Amino acid sequence: MPDKAIIAENLTRKFGDFTAVDQVSFDVEKGEIFGFLGANGAGKTTAIRILTGLLAPTSGKAFVAGLNVYTEMEKIKKSIGYMSQKFSLYDDLTVRENIRFYGGIYGLPRSILKQKTDEIIEIVGLGDAVNKRVASLPLGWKQKLAFSVSILHNPDIVFLDEPTSGVDPITRRQFWEMIYEASENGITIFVTTHYLDEAEYCDRVSIMVDGRIDALDTPAGLKKTFNADSIEEVFIRLARKEVWDERYQS
Amino acid sequence: MQTIRFLLYKEFLQIFRNRVMLPILFIMPVVQLLVLSFAATYELKEVHFVLVDLDHSPSSRDLSAKFQASGYFALADATSNIEEAITMMDRGEIRMILTIPQNFHRDITIGRPAPVQLMIDAVDGVSAGLIQSYSGAIIRDFNSDRKGGIFLQTISQPNQQYQSINVIPVYWYNPDLNYINFMVPGILVVLVTMIGVFLSGMNIVREKEIGTIEQLNVTPIRKYQFITGKLIPFWIIGMVDLLIGLALARYGFNIPFLGSLWLILAVAGIYLVLVQSVGLLISTITSTQQQAMFIAWFMMVIFILMGGLFTPIESMPVWAQNLTLANPVAWFIKIMRMVLLKGAGWYEIKWMVLLLTGMAAFFIAASINRYNKTSS
Repeated sequence: MPDKAIIAENLTRKFGDFTAVDQVSFDVEKGEIFGFLGANGAGKTTAIRILTGLLAPTSGKAFVAGLNVYTEMEKIKKSIGYMSQKFSLYDDLTVRENIRFYGGIYGLPRSILKQKTDEIIEIVGLGDAVNKRVASLPLGWKQKLAFSVSILHNPDIVFLDEPTSGVDPITRRQFWEMIYEASENGITIFVTTHYLDEAEYCDRVSIMVDGRIDALDTPAGLKKTFNADSIEEVFIRLARKEVWDERYQS
Repeated sequence: MQTIRFLLYKEFLQIFRNRVMLPILFIMPVVQLLVLSFAATYELKEVHFVLVDLDHSPSSRDLSAKFQASGYFALADATSNIEEAITMMDRGEIRMILTIPQNFHRDITIGRPAPVQLMIDAVDGVSAGLIQSYSGAIIRDFNSDRKGGIFLQTISQPNQQYQSINVIPVYWYNPDLNYINFMVPGILVVLVTMIGVFLSGMNIVREKEIGTIEQLNVTPIRKYQFITGKLIPFWIIGMVDLLIGLALARYGFNIPFLGSLWLILAVAGIYLVLVQSVGLLISTITSTQQQAMFIAWFMMVIFILMGGLFTPIESMPVWAQNLTLANPVAWFIKIMRMVLLKGAGWYEIKWMVLLLTGMAAFFIAASINRYNKTSS
């Protein structure tokens, strides 16, 4: 599996009778910004949780950083970063303590840790807030901080699960600048979102509807295929088609 | 090793930052010892009784005086109407009726055995037993001054003869039958158990609830590192609390420390790992603190009630006694009492310690095994 950051083949996850991820196949190139679009409940988070080793797949194959998710998950964990939908830094620790903790867990040497801490303070624009407890930070800062922590150990791939939900438009823009910067540093970005304008920022976009990937292409390619002006239009058509199918084919 | 160090650093930061929990952790041993030791008493104080004296003789007055002089009994009323006395017992005003029959004085002076009757309110069986045995002692004492004797009539053991054999009990290891000596070692065990079962387990479930555990699960952290990082902080706190408790026991309650303090601490160290692992195991099968708390309390109550702290294990039915073999609380209470009060050494407690060690190994293995970074 050379040169691919992620490979999924017929990846499936069932919860009882419900199939959250249904025979999904896709590749993510190294260094790519890969957008994973879908409505709430479409299966995006489930897919991300399988690829990050938080959830076991029911069937199908998946390789992350060239390693098998069934057998080499603990090795994979060294090369991935993850920012969950739920804010998951420690609220009762300060910014500096959180960075130190996660850096320590990933085994970063002290000197690099210090340098990284300074970098993050600079990038996120924390300034004096570095010694404040994370609980007291505004959401936008929290999200930028969580992203910085998720790439602290310079992973090959970072998984971002709706990183910008609930964040104001200016912070969203800043957040995407951070994503671009990480991408320029060679980190593959796997990002889920339901803000369809954000899809335009991605190299390639997949659209997930009811556990399946219905479309996968560059933003321009998708618009061309569906003869649409925006990704939003593409998305609505795909979602409508779903409703149409349900009504008239079953 | 470095990973564990970072985990520990983080845990201690969080513990010392928790303004609600921190004071309780260190006030708890003091309060528990003070309150429980004084409240959970087995001693009789001021049992109110009614004297139904049908003899009105020097001997009957003498016997009644002996009861009152003992310090355990207080005369509430004297009457010759037994019905009246029973009414008072029904109302809960008194707990014993001492009936002295007619011709008591005559019988006793000519050396013929004379009966007296005790009626004891046995709603609380433990104290009823105590009342009976204290009364027995007073009557024995009364008999020793006289040629003839009294025999005691109770429902359960009619016609107990107190004159023929004079039993003089000698209580070993706790000569004054001081209940504080008996309770405090047990209460220290309860304290250590609470810290062990609740804190580590609850800490993990909390990380589940706020979602930080997922962030840890996507890191290459190893299971044993995670578990060690969760065990050690509360292990240290448990040991510190035990030391505070032991100091209070020694210098506040004057509990004799006949055995080795180091032996106690070593056993406590093993015991803490055991109860912490039980807490961790609970945390692996629950997803909210409420569930974990409920299960932990359920187990705690059974462990403690069957631990020999409040009721002696020897007086439980056989099946229950067999159950206590699997109860770590019972073993540690036994060890504590043996070492502190009887001066037992390693040789006497060896098997119990090995058993606790075995249980600790089992539970820690089970909790590491059950803790999964990937949910299925």
